[in-house]
Amino acid sequence: WPGSGAGGGAGPVRLAGMEGQELPYVLIDCIGGRYGVYEDHAEFMEKYFHLITMKEYLENKKFLSKKIRAIYMWYHKPVINEELLQSLPNLKIVASSGVGIDHLDLNLLSSYGVKVSNTPFVVSTDTADLGMALMLASSRRLVEGYQLAVSPDTEYFPADWLGTEVSGATLGIVGMGTIGYKVAERAKAFEMKILYHNRNQRNKEEESAIGAIYCKKIDDLLQQSDFVLLSVNLTPQTHKLIGKRELALMKPTATLINISRGLVVDQDALVEALQNKVIKAAALDVTYPEPLPRDHPLLKLKNVIITPHIGSATKKTRRLMMENMMESIQAGLTGLPIPNEVLL
Amino acid sequence: MFRSKAFSLLKLIPLMPGQSDLAYKLIHPAIASHGHRCHRRSVDYRQGYKTCPSSAEGRTINAPQTKVMAEEELPGVLILDIGGTHGVLENLAPLLKKHFCLITMKEFLENKKEMSKKIQSVFVFECRPTVDRELLESLPNLKVIGNSGVGVDHLDLKMISSFGIKVTNTPHAVADSTADIGMALMLASARRLVEGCQIAVSPDTKYFAVDWLGVEVTRATLGIIGMGSIGYKVAQRARAFDMRILYHNRNRRRKEEEEAVGAHYCEKMEDLLQQSDFVMLVVNLTPETHKLIGKKELGLMKPTATFINISRGAVIDQDALVEALQNKVIRAAALDVTYPEPLPRDHPLLKLNNIIITPHIGTATVQAIRMMAEEAIANMLSVLNGQPIPSEVLPK
Repeated sequence: WPGSGAGGGAGPVRLAGMEGQELPYVLIDCIGGRYGVYEDHAEFMEKYFHLITMKEYLENKKFLSKKIRAIYMWYHKPVINEELLQSLPNLKIVASSGVGIDHLDLNLLSSYGVKVSNTPFVVSTDTADLGMALMLASSRRLVEGYQLAVSPDTEYFPADWLGTEVSGATLGIVGMGTIGYKVAERAKAFEMKILYHNRNQRNKEEESAIGAIYCKKIDDLLQQSDFVLLSVNLTPQTHKLIGKRELALMKPTATLINISRGLVVDQDALVEALQNKVIKAAALDVTYPEPLPRDHPLLKLKNVIITPHIGSATKKTRRLMMENMMESIQAGLTGLPIPNEVLL
Repeated sequence: MFRSKAFSLLKLIPLMPGQSDLAYKLIHPAIASHGHRCHRRSVDYRQGYKTCPSSAEGRTINAPQTKVMAEEELPGVLILDIGGTHGVLENLAPLLKKHFCLITMKEFLENKKEMSKKIQSVFVFECRPTVDRELLESLPNLKVIGNSGVGVDHLDLKMISSFGIKVTNTPHAVADSTADIGMALMLASARRLVEGCQIAVSPDTKYFAVDWLGVEVTRATLGIIGMGSIGYKVAQRARAFDMRILYHNRNRRRKEEEEAVGAHYCEKMEDLLQQSDFVMLVVNLTPETHKLIGKKELGLMKPTATFINISRGAVIDQDALVEALQNKVIRAAALDVTYPEPLPRDHPLLKLNNIIITPHIGTATVQAIRMMAEEAIANMLSVLNGQPIPSEVLPK
């Protein structure tokens, strides 16, 4: 069983050997290049699947359209629309990379009887780590500091160049799912005071394990936090969850950290809040769109750090994502319960 | 301010291995406990000091500190300057003025005859003023050098001691913020945060490539070289990331301390170097630790490993580090300290793309700077009042 060992939480991945059978046909966007399935991943996958790129499919639709039974959606590609679904009569399952599924029309897929899976657990530690990295980098002015250290104009390091402490500060986590909880576990070791807001309160043991205090009203969290970290998923309910009103409730010394989705924040309101020092700073792994247009005001602000959506961007995690997706596809094609199935 | 300013006078605390053998230690509760863990002793610092006959030079203060003393009666403290590029930060001056008559180098040099007798202490902030033999010879009443910060490698301890002058540092005030910077550098390096920021804002960026990857921190192996207060706090933080923690130290920590952070002792530094994904240097700079990490040690590290330095630049052989990074002997480095600081602008370290350098900001927070001043003040006063000294640094 070539599946790799235990990874981000869901247990060891087991992939069925395919001796004596024709390998299932799985549609992907492409291999390699800026958006494609990684070449070393493809090499591994080809032991279990016939990988068909979009290019190959379009060149031989007549034959391939009936053969394709699964789509391996790597970073939102290939794009799935009604036209594609209509031309793949034997499509059973779409495996999507990452945890976010806001880019999928679940109702549409369901109407065609196609199942969906994501990779919710394997991304959680890397994303929590990045949340902590952004909080520390922002608070201690790490990127600015680096620029000062390497700038050709630097003659000395000024004594009055200061950041602010993370240790002992108050962190407000909006969205206490798997990722939010892992952020809290890490923040606790920095002796941070942890507040959280969530649709549902966590149970007492979970709360006391990390010393987290529930804020039923998001306002209470916003008013007390030195750092506000967003780790919700994007749904119609969380769209523009943080807008002008919420930003104004935050302390003027507070920092907003977003590791969820760009659309959870009203970006124009954020620009205004940062320009007018309504809040101190922001650190964003996600924006809308990605990348931002090159003339966007967020790129010009001094009190913002932006990273290029790298929450799960480590070799190990991406490998585990691939293996989890393959496991889901195999289960979907053999009629077994699908690990990490996304239900409507 | 995240911490209260209540000041506790005396507190009996368990000694950590390796610390000097004092029965009592002055601990500022703001240093000892943070955030919402608030058990404050609200003893007002303005209680009268007890004279302590155990103090070496037996200097005593008779008047209790509750009496408001005229500025001239306060002991003189020499500083480089207030404000400016290298001076004591302006908001720290009032803290010093509560207990001392503040004398800048300029004032001293302009009126040596009168000032030299007044100066009983020197507050060294960011390694300034330079304490040399000439200065010490001109300050007959100097009793203590109070250093802001924990590192004292810029002070000639033997020479200062030969004048009968004590040296103190601020180990408690620096620990959290320096441990935080260690974690910040490790995370930033592993996840290629600085590069990522550059891509996110570059005018040439048209898309974010999906094959742009960093390395994991969670569940990786962290090797801590130097497990003092700062190293231990790094271990506490790293444990929450499920890291496997190895450490190398002059002395092994107690079993309970090891178990509390899940740290494994490596008696031989080589074992730590060979097994770690991240190697973090948290030692002080002494003749023994000078160039502790050189070509041999870098060669023992994994080619996928990251080297992090939050101690002193001179603890590593910088040329060997350049070579190791250029030849991919190790994956990357993240340095808060170099030798010198700043590096010459044409130094090869500045040109490498697998390195992050920060401008020695381990304690550069509003809160830490203030706590360091408070801790230094408490130490200097303890010497002048003939009391047990919380953080005296003795020459070897």
